[in-house]
Amino acid sequence: MNAHLSFKKAINLALEKEMEADPDVFVFGLDVPDHKRLYGSTVGLVERFGERRCFGTPLSEDAMTGVALGAAISGLRPVHVHIRVDFMLLAMNQIANMISNLRYMSGGQLSVPLVIRAVIGRGWGQSAQHSKSLHSIFAHLPGLKVVLPASPQDAYSLLRSAIRDDNPVIFLEHRWLYDVEGEVDEGCSVPLGPPAIRREGDDLTVVCTSWMNVEAMKAADVLAKRGVELEVIDARTVAPLDVEPIITSVRKTGRALIADYDWVFCGFSAELAAVISHRCFGALRQPVERLGFAHVPCPTTRPLENLFYPSAAQIIRTTERLLGLEAADLSGESFYSHEQRFKGPF
Amino acid sequence: MEKADALRVYRKLILARRAEERIREEYGRDEMKTPVHLGIGQEAIPVGVCQMLPPGTKSFGTYRNHALYLAVTDDTDRFFGELYGKVIGEAKGKAGSMHLAAPARGLLATSAVVGTTIPVAVGAALANRYRESEELVVSFFGDGAIEEGVFWESLNFACLRRLHILFVCEDNGLAIHTPTRQRQGFRSIPEAVQGFACHVLSGDGSDLLHVMALTRQILEQMAQDPKPGLLHLSYFRFLEHVGPQEDFDAGYRARPAPEEFKRLDPVARFERTLCQNGCNPSELAEIRREVDEQIARSVRASREAPFAPPDELSQDVFA
Repeated sequence: MNAHLSFKKAINLALEKEMEADPDVFVFGLDVPDHKRLYGSTVGLVERFGERRCFGTPLSEDAMTGVALGAAISGLRPVHVHIRVDFMLLAMNQIANMISNLRYMSGGQLSVPLVIRAVIGRGWGQSAQHSKSLHSIFAHLPGLKVVLPASPQDAYSLLRSAIRDDNPVIFLEHRWLYDVEGEVDEGCSVPLGPPAIRREGDDLTVVCTSWMNVEAMKAADVLAKRGVELEVIDARTVAPLDVEPIITSVRKTGRALIADYDWVFCGFSAELAAVISHRCFGALRQPVERLGFAHVPCPTTRPLENLFYPSAAQIIRTTERLLGLEAADLSGESFYSHEQRFKGPF
Repeated sequence: MEKADALRVYRKLILARRAEERIREEYGRDEMKTPVHLGIGQEAIPVGVCQMLPPGTKSFGTYRNHALYLAVTDDTDRFFGELYGKVIGEAKGKAGSMHLAAPARGLLATSAVVGTTIPVAVGAALANRYRESEELVVSFFGDGAIEEGVFWESLNFACLRRLHILFVCEDNGLAIHTPTRQRQGFRSIPEAVQGFACHVLSGDGSDLLHVMALTRQILEQMAQDPKPGLLHLSYFRFLEHVGPQEDFDAGYRARPAPEEFKRLDPVARFERTLCQNGCNPSELAEIRREVDEQIARSVRASREAPFAPPDELSQDVFA
């Protein structure tokens, strides 16, 4: 069945469908059942499934993450939710010492089917403690799967796959994507792993995570006016990542830019750049380029914040440099900002 | 207690003690390449508590877990196999001593980072509640774990939800080498916990019968007034924090006087009680002989067993 849904409604629907299909699925976390319902993503769950399966918690991120683990190894399928990914740092002991290791340390005797959802993002002057993404840190740890959906369809399908997965999955949702709308096929299953080619092109492969897909698609539209065609690939699952579609694309275009929604230094973009450089060495016409957060804590004031985040304009300028083109006049273009919210279609 | 039951418990106690004494003997060969946190002096707590647990109980422990593992499983083959890092070990050598567990037999996890299994145990108790199961969860941890924030977070949530969980604090008064008085800004653990909606009992963890009686008592209290229980049991760690040696010459604590030594030794104490109550020393010697034979067979089998093949390195990361 097809529906036109916002990203947040797609998440909400995925939770509802999984809770409906499996009585072992439950959703919990700070503020999950309050009147705001985690930016609308948990609407209706407590009414439909009751407080047993949808509940708020004390301010105890570390213990509540351990509780999720204990429930998961007891055969339940918890979905633990954080309103900001930054709060997951309070739970890193459980995540990095217990959750990611427990199956291995038990010699394969234990399975850990749990999902940790967390909102990542930007805007409103969120500053340094409400703005991180952290997917590179999570992806660094063996035993975790790390997913960053960027469309309503992927939010729906990847969350369902994450809940059905018998492994721990970190599911990172960009706040600006919440209001993006698009078609969602409820029967469409998307596995964790393969990236998605969002737009085909011959000139440059741009691999994106999360919100950077929106920026890259905008950049592709602008560049297309000059006959420059970007191939935009949404990594979607950064761990474990199926790199083959990316390798195939870079061998075709001969150029790669990674636009990652994270810091560049020691980040996911560094890992992917290394893999692409290694696998596509003979096909690359230029070194692999990377864009990401400026290597500073995120500032609050809007003019500095805008410099902190990678943007469509930066993708355009990098593309021009790689292709030896003059820098175009972008003054007539309208780029996304918090003041001009992106609503889709994606 | 019936004599046969008492001897069965004695067998559990002596199995833990003799297994660790055998580790002390073997460790110098450098074949057992895993840090061992020996629990000589601690045994009466896991053995006594586990003796009283209803069937279906799930347990969680710490890196000082040998007596707990053996109390739950009696399985010296998979125990020594794991310590020797062999494929016949409980986790094919991937866990070693510090993460020894037997999920299939109810010991779900132990951990080398202090306090980390406490919330996981609470999660298992929440899962029991979720499924309307009356089964119990027991969480063993040391006195150092009380200083970790996650202990209080976990206790708070367990009490808030009135979960069916028994917390057991194995208090040896040391966090590695640092005594309680240098670490804890409160009078005592039972007093510090008292504001929480849970049952609290405290006692001598070196006395096996006392441990069993306290466990029975707190489980009865938990049945009558459903909320979590916390057993606080003191014991004396006879050996160094990690490794097979005594360390009374290290300067941070004194060697107990001989009489005190005997009082602190749960095995000597229980043997004395058994003999005072009609058991013949030769019966105990016979049990020790059987246990030693079992251990010798397991050590031999473990030493002879193969290591996991190289492809095992990348197995068990994901399901």
